[in-house]
Amino acid sequence: MAFETVIGLEVHAQLSTRSKIFCACSTAFGAPPNANACPVCTGMPGVLPVLNRKAVECTIRTALATSCTVQRRSVFARKNYFYPDLPKAYQISQYELPVALGGHVDIEVDGGTKRIGITRIHMEEDAGKLVHEGEFAGAQASLADLNRCSVPLMEIVSEPDMRTPEEGGAYLRRLHDILVYLGVCDGNMEEGSFRCDANVSVRPVGQVAFGTKAELKNMNSFRNVEKALEYEIRRQVELIEDGGKVVQETRLWDANAGVTVSMRRKEEAHDYRYFPDPDLLPLIVDESWVEELRGTIPEMPAEKIARLARQYGIPRYDAGILASTRALADFFEASAAIYGGNPKTTANECVHWKDAVLAGTLSPETIAHAVEDRERGTISATASKTLVELVLSTGKPFRTLRDEQGLTQVSDTSSLDILVDKVLAASPKEVEGYRAGKAGLLSFFVGQVMKESRGKANPKMVQEVLKKRLG
Amino acid sequence: MANVPVHEWTLLEAARMVREKKISSRELTGAILARIEALDPKVHAYITVLPEIAAAQAAACDEEQAKGTLRGPFHGVPVGLKDIFCTRGVRTTCGSRILHDFIPPYDACVTEKVLAAGAVVPGKHNMDEFAMGSSTETSFFGATRNPWDLSRIPGGSSGGTAAAVAAAMCFAGVGTDTGGSIRQPASLCGVVGVKPTYGRVSRYGMIAFASSLDQGGPIARTVADAAALLGVIAGYDRRDSTCVDIPVPDYLAAAERPVKGLRVGLPKEYYEGEGLSPEVRAAVEKALKALTDQGAVVVEVSLPHTSFALSTYYLIAPAEASSNLARYDGVRYGHRAEGASGLIEMMSRTRAEGFGDEVKRRIMIGTYALSAGYYDAFYGKAQKVRTLIRGDFTKAFEAADVLLTPTAPTPAFRLGEKTGDPLTMYLSDIYTIPCNLAGIPGISVPCGFSSEGLPIGAQLLSKSFREETLFTAAGAIERALPVRRVAPLEG
Amino acid sequence: MAITREEVLHVARLARLSLPEAEAERLREQLSAILDYVKQLDRLDTRDVVPTSHAIETGTPFRDDVVRPFGDREALLANAPDRLNDCFRVPRIIED
Ligand SMILES: [Mg+2]
Ligand SMILES: [Zn+2]
Repeated sequence: MAFETVIGLEVHAQLSTRSKIFCACSTAFGAPPNANACPVCTGMPGVLPVLNRKAVECTIRTALATSCTVQRRSVFARKNYFYPDLPKAYQISQYELPVALGGHVDIEVDGGTKRIGITRIHMEEDAGKLVHEGEFAGAQASLADLNRCSVPLMEIVSEPDMRTPEEGGAYLRRLHDILVYLGVCDGNMEEGSFRCDANVSVRPVGQVAFGTKAELKNMNSFRNVEKALEYEIRRQVELIEDGGKVVQETRLWDANAGVTVSMRRKEEAHDYRYFPDPDLLPLIVDESWVEELRGTIPEMPAEKIARLARQYGIPRYDAGILASTRALADFFEASAAIYGGNPKTTANECVHWKDAVLAGTLSPETIAHAVEDRERGTISATASKTLVELVLSTGKPFRTLRDEQGLTQVSDTSSLDILVDKVLAASPKEVEGYRAGKAGLLSFFVGQVMKESRGKANPKMVQEVLKKRLG
Repeated sequence: MANVPVHEWTLLEAARMVREKKISSRELTGAILARIEALDPKVHAYITVLPEIAAAQAAACDEEQAKGTLRGPFHGVPVGLKDIFCTRGVRTTCGSRILHDFIPPYDACVTEKVLAAGAVVPGKHNMDEFAMGSSTETSFFGATRNPWDLSRIPGGSSGGTAAAVAAAMCFAGVGTDTGGSIRQPASLCGVVGVKPTYGRVSRYGMIAFASSLDQGGPIARTVADAAALLGVIAGYDRRDSTCVDIPVPDYLAAAERPVKGLRVGLPKEYYEGEGLSPEVRAAVEKALKALTDQGAVVVEVSLPHTSFALSTYYLIAPAEASSNLARYDGVRYGHRAEGASGLIEMMSRTRAEGFGDEVKRRIMIGTYALSAGYYDAFYGKAQKVRTLIRGDFTKAFEAADVLLTPTAPTPAFRLGEKTGDPLTMYLSDIYTIPCNLAGIPGISVPCGFSSEGLPIGAQLLSKSFREETLFTAAGAIERALPVRRVAPLEG
Repeated sequence: MAITREEVLHVARLARLSLPEAEAERLREQLSAILDYVKQLDRLDTRDVVPTSHAIETGTPFRDDVVRPFGDREALLANAPDRLNDCFRVPRIIED
């Protein structure tokens, strides 16, 4: 029997605010335990939440960038459950009336475009962190650090529109790009700024009703999401083929073992008893605010790829790599603005030095000068690479280093003549061979001359001089 | 000045005496602390008395005054706080075992404002546990007694505050009112109590019972004192998202205004029930006569959904409470059960040991009303009926400026009389509850005594943010019906 | 409207209230009486009524995204029944 997979993804993204969503504590990562906490986020008696405007703006901008409809009125609700990392014993979230509904993002698969629906986007607060004393299994106690409590999150729920792990991965990467482009999330998956849960089910091809789904958690990279989906689909199909039944449950991805494992829970069914939070009035978003925020939405990745390819005449593939990170694309455009030349060369350089570019240690001038000097023949490709590395290690300007190091390319024929004479005199056998018709030996001579010049000779000109001299 | 009759002075008189240096804050505070020491063993209006802190505050007030500065309108005058308002560095229990040792690292907004007005806080008042009760019998720290008859309850949940004010163990106090918890004890203790409009007084640092209904307000011996104290504690606070940013009017001036032409509505449903004692009815009629004698006009109004208010309240308030009280789990503060083997057992036993029966009952009702499959039938339904009840008031206030009703159906009942039957106890809030559901303000003002010498109060209700109208009408009743303010307790 | 014993126990579990046998029966009776009473609301037709969850009709106010550290971690931890390494310490979470 052939099976079809149905995948829906829920992303929790930490919003890039300085302070928490309902109090003025810092959201900074890595503070000592409970240092970023106050009476409000630790749920002390009588304290009250006040909504961070920036968190709302981040969410609305995401809604606009994913073609969602921003709701004029949305409501914060309490999701009630007990856990030591949840100080109030309820999470302030949005339930029946979220801030945004009904959008989509387009992903590229198999050379085509596929539209993935977004059901809803809502705001909520994060919970704290628990550390288990000793070995997890035998832990006698757990320690609660409430620094993360009330850090602002945005939950983005997709429609069950994905059919393969690759589509799931493509959707996540695209969504990640959008959030980072917007500057609403730093996208750091290791620190948990961008987390994904997956709902996955399989059904016989042709069946309309969805199969029973499992919820997958604990996947902290795109690759892990894809791997977990692959594993889980195989598990479900095999289960059904063996006459078994998929049960609705939450499963954890174990990256080391490469398997999903059922999260054994106590019998108690979840009953979150959602109700509107009486401490927060409805969130009212008027049209003029939405329009103001619409004006702040930057070019999105798909548009950027198309524009870079068109405007600079570079291949779509290259444009895609550049646009994968907003900072890289911006860097490319800045470099190309300083030196026009051939944008394809600039693009290649930007991709080559991507890590340094994203780390902020390289300036667009450096790349522009490197490309310009090479295209003008002032330096060789090898020298260019050496010089950029020197820029990174010394921090000195590219051209200062170029002059200091004497790495300017040897292009004047008189000095090349001397080098060529030297090489030819040292290799009489090869000269004879070449003249006897072994044309391939030309590259041997070029290599020898380049070596003599310590890479400074202009290879094109070396070739010309050699050809002339060898007649 | 041991023979100075501080108990006969009102809050405003005491403030004036200090201001005019006729008495020092130290002497005034000393006299109040002495009264507490002498009387509170009988009344038990205080959970925590703060003799050292109050004395230090009084000394600081005297020193500052000697240098020519006054902190505010109540400079150096003892004003008590219900033990629901957080006080930085001072134990705040909410009447519960689960918070018996809780020391907040912050002040409630009300605490800040009372202190900024120059008041000295002699202690924290007893209350029903988490404000759930109508008699102050559910306090973990023991019941408060009615100063007019020690065998009777003072009302609740702000029974400690009302009793302390009635026994002159402070000049005034701040209580909270979720379904009548200021007005009903004020009525039963013969003092004035105000439940302000929802959003008039910040709830920051006021321990939550039912967040959409809770409101802090003054309890005092005169209308003018209550007006002055509300003027101090009202106002915008950005830490409470439900606090409304509109200016605070001069309530004191409003208490002096004439009532001529004021339209007084008598909601007929409040006078129809069998539960209304004839003595209470007669006393409220005297209050009405006081108003009409001064030129107010009577209009008939109807609040047709009144009989549904109690049910609505007893779904909404417990539902919110079940969530508000979930944070008391033994993890970060308060009581924790000993020797539990795992987390769930620790939390469940902590809460079972830490909460009293009434609180547990309401947590159970509220949890049930919100749980899967019951939300629409209970909590959702109650929220819709709440809309109907609000609508009743909107309509009534087209015809009337204030509504006059009894505050409580009977004078103070005896200790233990209603503890066995929760529903009967709930009925003592039948006239006060609709006001909280609608969010409007209400006041209880003394209007007479029963044949047994127990105080009776009349309730006035007005449109949202029209507390001035309440003070005007209550002032007129007070002027016409002068009643004894301080309970005749032997010192 | 009678609430069953199982429902009482389920709700107690949800609310994290341990409940001795004897108390469960008493609570069952009291809760049934209260639920019976509040069932009077069913007499009202509320199909077209909008629920009221707040007494105020304005939107929620905002705060600016400014960090103001509380600055007294010790005061936050001082009330803890059990603590270790500046964390709140709780009994083990895994139930057998
Ligand atoms: Mg969520
Ligand atoms: Zn905080």
